[in-house]
Amino acid sequence: MSSPYNYLMPQHAQGRDVQQDNDDDTRQYISFTIGKEEYGVDIMAVREIKAWTDTTHLPNTPDFMRGVLNLRGVVVPIFDLRCRFGMGLTEATKMHVVIIMQVGHRLVGMLVDAVSDILSIADNIIQEMPKMDLNIDDEYLTGLVTVNEKLVALLNTELLFNQQSIEDGVMLGQAATGGK
Amino acid sequence: MPQDFDLNQFKATYFEECRELLDTAEEQLGVLQVQLDDVDIETLHAVFRCVHSIKGGAGAFNFTTLISFSHVLETTLDLLREGRVDLSSDLVDCLIRANDVLGILVHYAQNEEEIAADIWQNIAHELEILSGQKPTEIAPQETQKATSSLIASLSDYNLSADEEEEQGWGLFLENISPGLDGDGAVEKDDQGWGLFADEEPQINDSAEITSDKPHYRIRFVPEPHLLQFANEPLLLARELNTLGHCHGVADLSRLPPLNEIAPDVAYLSWTFDLYTDHDLVDIEEVFEFVIDDCVLEIERVQDSAKDVAEDKLLTRPSTEKTIHKPDDTPEKSLAQTKPVSPSPTTPDQPVVAKHEGKKSNNDTVNTTTPAVSSIRVDLDRVDRLVNMVGELVITQSMLKQQADELANNAGLRMTQGFEELNARTRELQESVMAIRMQPVKSVFARMPRLVRELSSKLGKKVDLITAGEMTEVDKTVIEQLMDPLTHMIRNSVDHAIEMPQDRLAAGKPERATIQLRAEHKSGRIHIEVIDDGRGIDREAVKAKAREKGLIAPDEDLDDDELDNLIFAPGFSTAQSVSDVSGRGVGMDVVRRNIVSLGGRISVFSTPGKGARFVMSLPLTLAVLDGMIVKCGSEKYIIALTSIIESIHPLKEELKSLMNGDVLVSVRGEYIPVVNLHRLFNIKGAVTDPAEGLVVIVETERYGYVGILVDELLGQQQVVIKSLEENYDPIAGIAAATIMGNGKIALILDVDGLAEMEHGAEKRRKHAKLQQQIFLSGE
Repeated sequence: MSSPYNYLMPQHAQGRDVQQDNDDDTRQYISFTIGKEEYGVDIMAVREIKAWTDTTHLPNTPDFMRGVLNLRGVVVPIFDLRCRFGMGLTEATKMHVVIIMQVGHRLVGMLVDAVSDILSIADNIIQEMPKMDLNIDDEYLTGLVTVNEKLVALLNTELLFNQQSIEDGVMLGQAATGGK
Repeated sequence: MPQDFDLNQFKATYFEECRELLDTAEEQLGVLQVQLDDVDIETLHAVFRCVHSIKGGAGAFNFTTLISFSHVLETTLDLLREGRVDLSSDLVDCLIRANDVLGILVHYAQNEEEIAADIWQNIAHELEILSGQKPTEIAPQETQKATSSLIASLSDYNLSADEEEEQGWGLFLENISPGLDGDGAVEKDDQGWGLFADEEPQINDSAEITSDKPHYRIRFVPEPHLLQFANEPLLLARELNTLGHCHGVADLSRLPPLNEIAPDVAYLSWTFDLYTDHDLVDIEEVFEFVIDDCVLEIERVQDSAKDVAEDKLLTRPSTEKTIHKPDDTPEKSLAQTKPVSPSPTTPDQPVVAKHEGKKSNNDTVNTTTPAVSSIRVDLDRVDRLVNMVGELVITQSMLKQQADELANNAGLRMTQGFEELNARTRELQESVMAIRMQPVKSVFARMPRLVRELSSKLGKKVDLITAGEMTEVDKTVIEQLMDPLTHMIRNSVDHAIEMPQDRLAAGKPERATIQLRAEHKSGRIHIEVIDDGRGIDREAVKAKAREKGLIAPDEDLDDDELDNLIFAPGFSTAQSVSDVSGRGVGMDVVRRNIVSLGGRISVFSTPGKGARFVMSLPLTLAVLDGMIVKCGSEKYIIALTSIIESIHPLKEELKSLMNGDVLVSVRGEYIPVVNLHRLFNIKGAVTDPAEGLVVIVETERYGYVGILVDELLGQQQVVIKSLEENYDPIAGIAAATIMGNGKIALILDVDGLAEMEHGAEKRRKHAKLQQQIFLSGE
């Protein structure tokens, strides 16, 4: 199997240099959009970005679980982030993007609208999450940052997908014991 | 020994070997115990070899405790095989325990932990007493004496030059000169030197080392133009030096006067004397790039070796030398070099030599064929290969599908090509899977000991007979087989086998037998555990099941069903809970383990006569033959092995029950139908069994179950991919696979489906009951 780092590698390597030159506390994030909102995830966790393709649906899973994808022989579950954030199902087209990420020992994919940028963000300019009405519970957010006058919410994927599996467990339990 | 290379690598190999050696030793000790009266000296040799190899390696890495202990063990074994000590059952027992201790010591050495002296000193002392090395009366001050005796034996061990030499070199014996390892008495310095020859080209006191190595004389006469092709004789000479001890003499006869010397003309020629274990081929390889530009003569010299190590070679029959006269054709001389390499044993151990004599004759015959018959490969690599081939199979079927879709232009030749490719890939996959296949022996071999220990603990007399140990099954299955099998044997010994007096009273032989057999049957492996014990007490089972609420008080079951109740969770009929078994988890766990492997287990019992447990397991967990079924827009795969038949039921064969369940009658038997579309919420699927297809599958817990699908799409071998690797388990889904079009398809877990349907039925019942209560309350 080819390296999962494939075409992200050069940028990543480049990022390393920049990091060393500047501040040790600067990290790189990949930012993406869902509707008008912009989110960011740590680039180190991102393994691959690919266009949406049809997935195989898994029975008795929550709506935001869009099924599984064959990533060069590995079965990768794909989550609809829009739906996860309670904004309804994404009408996925070929223009939509799946970000494959390493979360713990698992590989998961996030279905988002588009990838917008790679941001270098110093830790000290990340703001704490103010208690405000976003479409997402703030426990998944590590902070907010303003880049080019746009607000980017940084996601903690570990929490997002861990919570995920807990909820899946509940859903499965329901499916097994009564829910139809 | 040079210190600069990576010792850890060798250590890893050593510990790996140790484990195997310990296993072998245990196996052989088990044999010893059985043949107490009629000891086969070969068995003793085998054990001795194992211990000896462990000691040798320990010496190389300086594991002092391990050396001391294995030395004691080795000495005992040596006394035994020389016939100076008689084998007693106590002694064998002690040897077995000593072997365990040896295993512990190896473990400690591997983890580089400190070893508490009392772990091994007592048993070492016991060994010495039993083998008569120490008089019994010292027993009171056991530990102290043991220590001192060990120190004594250790120091005398260090002093003995012969053994000193073999330390460390014996370790890789198996790897380098497999021809020797069947030959217990070959312990002299001809062991394994070849290994470090690479690292150690300049061995100064070569007399000892070279003595046993084949001696080659190489005459290398470069053509004058050799240098012009950027060849450098010096490099060749250096290369030769890495093969073994090499001595070169330059021939200056062609050298012209200084004023005539052209710098790019080769004038010199050389004669090398090379002592090496390497093949002729290896030597020729050194000259590979210059072979066309020189005159090269390589001959094997027999005589000169004699000068250096006359004493060693005296015993070699003189006829042999004439047979191995140097020959010009490389193939021939290569073939002839082989039989010589295991140099004949020096008969300085007369007792042993007698037995060796016979053996080494056989060995000489065998070693003419290449001695290395197996290699050690990292499991990761094999797994990678297996995965790779799995991908290849998928790609191949993907390609085929695409070609099929090309309109009409996939001509006959193309189709033939694909057929060919298909056959080849399948063959490739099978041979790759075969790499991971291992005989079940590794699991079976542990059972005799289990039986031995348990039976002596319980005061029962049990013989274990194993058959079909060489039946091969995937390594992953083997690993999973250990626990269930241990449980089953334990159960048999503890519960099924009666006490000797009870057996006699029942008119059975005093010694009970448990048979353990394995065989291949229709693409699966069948493992049977058969005992001649009391069989399953059906009345007790029934009473117990009622007590535990597993069956309704008025429920009547036939004998078979009763017998199989022992697999129900929390079931145990043993009168007393012993530490051997009887916590009531045994058979339930066994069943669960087996089922999780995609296997089945059932029991056939005859009261008073015994019971037979039959396990059926897939040969591999990596691929399965699957039936692709369609349900609505989804495709699923059902393992072919669980499918009994598929039927289009007629309307009148279907019975709807009050609770919403549907049963289908198949030749008079009613089988519940699993509504796949309902369990999985699939839209657009056939909902009426009379219009769809019912696939009858065999489940573990619910017997035959019919799964309602739209239609069958075909049969295909699929590579099993784990779903749980990146996601959580899903009820009713066993695993995933990748189809020809690159999409993922899910493999159904029929037991899980039956369970879901069963659960759904219960809920419906429950809801109905609630409703009734509600209504009656009204």
